[in-house]
Amino acid sequence: MSRLSDHNVILAKEIIARYPKQKSALIPLVHLSQEQNGYVTEDAMRHIADMIDVTPAEVYGTASFYEMFRFEPTGKYLINVCGTLSCSLMGADSLMHHAEQTLGIKAGATTDDGLITLQHAECQAACTEAPTLQVNYRHRYRVTHESFDQLVDDLRSGALDTEIPPHGTLGRNRQQIPADRAVAVQAPEDVTTGPAWIQVSPA
Amino acid sequence: MTVESRVVSPYPWAPGFYPGDRPEIVTSRFQYEDGHTLDRYLATGGYEGLRAALAESPSDVHEVVKNSTLLGRGGAGFPAGVKWGFTPQGVWPRYLVVNGDESEPGTYKDRLLMECDPHQLIEGSLIASYAAGLSQGFLYIRGEMALAHERVAQALNDAYAAGYIGKNILGTDFSIDIVLHWGAGAYVVGEETALIESLEGERGMPRLKPPFFPAAVGLYGMPTIVNNVETLSNLPFIAREGSEAYTAIGTPTSPGTRMIAVSGHVKRPGVYEIVNGSTTFRDLIFGDDFAQGIRDGNELKAFVPGGGSAPWFLPDQLDIPFEGPAAGAAGSMLGSGAVMVMDSTTDIPAAALTLVQFYAHESCGKCVPCREGGTWLYRIVERIVAGHGTDADLETIFEVGQTICPGEMPHASSERLGLDAVPFPYKMTTICFVGPSAYAPIHSALTLFPEEFEALVTKRADRRPIPVTAEVPA
Repeated sequence: MSRLSDHNVILAKEIIARYPKQKSALIPLVHLSQEQNGYVTEDAMRHIADMIDVTPAEVYGTASFYEMFRFEPTGKYLINVCGTLSCSLMGADSLMHHAEQTLGIKAGATTDDGLITLQHAECQAACTEAPTLQVNYRHRYRVTHESFDQLVDDLRSGALDTEIPPHGTLGRNRQQIPADRAVAVQAPEDVTTGPAWIQVSPA
Repeated sequence: MTVESRVVSPYPWAPGFYPGDRPEIVTSRFQYEDGHTLDRYLATGGYEGLRAALAESPSDVHEVVKNSTLLGRGGAGFPAGVKWGFTPQGVWPRYLVVNGDESEPGTYKDRLLMECDPHQLIEGSLIASYAAGLSQGFLYIRGEMALAHERVAQALNDAYAAGYIGKNILGTDFSIDIVLHWGAGAYVVGEETALIESLEGERGMPRLKPPFFPAAVGLYGMPTIVNNVETLSNLPFIAREGSEAYTAIGTPTSPGTRMIAVSGHVKRPGVYEIVNGSTTFRDLIFGDDFAQGIRDGNELKAFVPGGGSAPWFLPDQLDIPFEGPAAGAAGSMLGSGAVMVMDSTTDIPAAALTLVQFYAHESCGKCVPCREGGTWLYRIVERIVAGHGTDADLETIFEVGQTICPGEMPHASSERLGLDAVPFPYKMTTICFVGPSAYAPIHSALTLFPEEFEALVTKRADRRPIPVTAEVPA
């Protein structure tokens, strides 16, 4: 059962309706499926293809370009250790080595209990707080060996459950466009005149 | 570890940000823990810029922005008002795409602006849309910024409910939907045409331009304005206070302020809103109000002045002001506002390797010189750093560089090496700047610190054949 659930189909339809062309919803829908299943499954991609009227290959073609989409089972927590210049200058290599030792896995692998996947990552836009890592894309700053061990303990004990949702969940809230406030979305080819507030001088 | 001893930002909700005795145009609400809420925004002059704009005609608002000479903050530094003017007459609809895919190494401002003051960005997007006649906006946020997504989603929901977005905004004819779009992790999508491809549900590969820039042929083939988060965040101030209040800060060619992240081996790494144009790199790295000098009493060795793509500067260039033309003449660029500082303990080849690795990893694969060249640069530098390189590898780096950037590559002057500066820009054989960006750091490192590489590589003459001791079986 890895097609989108009924609840997510309703969300997906709302998302599709926001775009003038439905293929634009491809990446948000793949995110939605990853939120549901923890990773992107073939069934989900077929389902998404149906919903936005493209081929499953097009969905995979786009999704496989982006790093956040994972096509195999992933730990509940994805730890990305940044290794770009500023973090590297402040000890990212040593942190990564420590992480591998602590978790008993190499970067790229998942712990045996399926809880944590460890990865090398590129710049996470927190360069002044180096070295940094992200757990399910939530930042941890100025990470020391001790604070890394604490983080792993907290993840294992569930102490961070409210702050860090399982892998795949991007935001703990969603954008909602109220129907009575929304402007009708039109396909670009159906629009022939300028917007109401622009005075177009006669040609 | 030295990590503990570093100063921590006075505002724990705005990690890395340090205020100072300087004008605050985009960071004025960073002092509030609830600066991201609609209540705080409205209590501190929020949406007044939009009201002021709606009281004038769209063309007048456009004129004000043009007069402010607001420069794009994404990296290229092109005036925003002029960019809006490139939309063709009578072609509808026009779209707004907000570029929140900040991922240039060292850069770290859009994320803070989205996390700490999302309504300011929304208000700026509305003002831009009103002035340029844009009928739908897409806020493309880098996927790895979960908190920014949550804050912006909440702000959009609140702004819709309060009547600032949607149909007939504040009782006028102005109507627009703004859609939050999730990115999914790709550096190259920060390039505006790749951003549009990604928004259309495609692989994020840049489009060939010229002839068609997004302002003429963009999203769905329609005129599209792509602006950076920081650029748009300046608009509420300009609409509220007028262009003269804005140009009164900074220099005539670079007015206003800029957010700069100073990271690496400094005592107080941080994000600072600086006066544009007049602040020098010496102020930024050594000023008491900024990064406060090099950690542990070490010496400055080199610094990256404008994000990972920028050629490096040496201590010789410290007195250059933070202004595009000055940095360009000295052989680099300001880019996206990120200074990365390396002290005397830095292993230069290893530092360059992290950047080469970044760009090799982030190449989208569309242009051969970048896809193959970047990958080979990475493999070569990696083996040099591992101690397996030869002196021929150093020549190969320059050769590969020539296929990406033919001709002279910009670099700084060096008194120590007797080098003259080669000014920016370079020639390039790729569609976007990812290719040259892979070469710029290793070219700088190799040109400015050749001895560190030579010490690592084995001279060809030193190499000996592996002795064969065993009998070859018949």
